[in-house]
Amino acid sequence: MEERSEAELIAAVLKGDAASFEPLVAKYSPRVFATARRYARRESEIQDICQEVWLKAFDKLKTFRGEAPFEHWLMRMAVRTCYDFLRGHQRNRISSFSDISEPEEDWLERFVAEPGNSAEDADAAKMLIDRVLERLSPEARLVIQLLEIEDRSVKEIAKLTGWSVPLVKVRAFRARGEMRKILARLAKEKYL
Amino acid sequence: MNLAELQKKLIAAARRQPPDDRVPYAFEKRIMALIAERAAVSGRILWARGFWRAAVSCVALALVCGAFSFFTPAATDSGNDLSQDFENTLLASADLPDNASPP
Repeated sequence: MEERSEAELIAAVLKGDAASFEPLVAKYSPRVFATARRYARRESEIQDICQEVWLKAFDKLKTFRGEAPFEHWLMRMAVRTCYDFLRGHQRNRISSFSDISEPEEDWLERFVAEPGNSAEDADAAKMLIDRVLERLSPEARLVIQLLEIEDRSVKEIAKLTGWSVPLVKVRAFRARGEMRKILARLAKEKYL
Repeated sequence: MNLAELQKKLIAAARRQPPDDRVPYAFEKRIMALIAERAAVSGRILWARGFWRAAVSCVALALVCGAFSFFTPAATDSGNDLSQDFENTLLASADLPDNASPP
């Protein structure tokens, strides 16, 4: 069977052929899952987020005007759904670092002893940054993730989140401050 | 502890962490099943909503009619009921006046 273009598939879905949505789900699900895994840890939560993204995409497909690629439109929806997820789960944020694991503690000790030589690619460092990110507010986490980790521009973040450019800048400033405070708390708990 | 350096190191660690893009088996089938299920449910919901609206309208109309008949004062005319009036009207042409002479 001849493969249909994205625009054809979308047009078919809008005409009532829901089955044409399936190839779009199959094509873009890896990107949606990768995005969801940046914000949620449990597999059940990740699947819930992705499911919600696709159901929203199906419901709102008529608002897709085709000016930007479908992928960009979908990723905006994915990021906003992840943000809603973070806001919905912010009560579960833990403030103490009492449950820090032994490898993480070792990594921190090595960092204190020789800041220049501690490896960035160590699993312990990855676990530690996950812990720090989990303690951030939803806004701060989203901004740090997009701006610092994914290295996106302020303009891009504004498009993805629906926030204005000045708001992104303000939130980025606050997010860095929030992160520093969390790291200071970590340092205080472990080394004072 | 140099917090700025620690922040830099941790951000660098997060950047090195490639996001896992694995998709559960037949995930797209699950989404399509959910979409189909929702379409069926939304059809039923549409009907149910229509019936509820119709039921509410009917109850409101019945209440208005009941209130109207309850609060409208009873007719105090000759005492003839509606059927009697109807019969008189219908047979008016056939009724001959008492003083009329037959042709």
